[in-house]
Amino acid sequence: MIEYAIHYAYAALSLGLLLNLWRLLKGPTNVDRVLAVDTMVINVIALIIVYGIETGTTIYFEAALLLAMFGFVSTVAYCKFILRGNVIE
Amino acid sequence: MELINEIIVSALIIIGASFALVGSWGMVKLPDLMSRLHAPTKATTVGVGGALVASMVYFLALNGTVSIHELLITLFLFLTAPITANFLAKAWLHTQRPVDLPRPDKRDWATFDTEHRDPP
Repeated sequence: MIEYAIHYAYAALSLGLLLNLWRLLKGPTNVDRVLAVDTMVINVIALIIVYGIETGTTIYFEAALLLAMFGFVSTVAYCKFILRGNVIE
Repeated sequence: MELINEIIVSALIIIGASFALVGSWGMVKLPDLMSRLHAPTKATTVGVGGALVASMVYFLALNGTVSIHELLITLFLFLTAPITANFLAKAWLHTQRPVDLPRPDKRDWATFDTEHRDPP
């Protein structure tokens, strides 16, 4: 039963990634694009966790944690760059 | 693995993936950035949270040990989501200067109130 749920999760998360990619390409302002990338990172974290459940190993949590941290830092850096034109002043 | 564990894990995975899909669909459907900001919070809280709780239940049933990696990821995402949203809203306010945004009474938004100073 878990296999079917995991396959559904793969389909739903991939469709969500495609919708975010549409917003990333279209997005009227740069802030929209940053928000789309942030949402993509969150979807990829969920994808990695579901893949870890499928393979049955706990190695992938470190990857998910690293991705969460890098997603946060990159979003803040992008917003700082949009606001100030510089990241580290 | 027992049937009840399989049912719980499958239901949590399906709920989480559905919420993540709804959050991404909101990114496409909602009209402007201030509305779009609240769509990914569904994916952050219930989407990733459902997958993480499913993973906790799964590995508890598989190995018999509780792993706290999932709690770390949940805690980190919950702590950083409001900071990210605040930064995005601030960047959007400063780049767009929207005219139809409701004002706080008799004053401008606080992010426009700070005086500009030259760096030392």
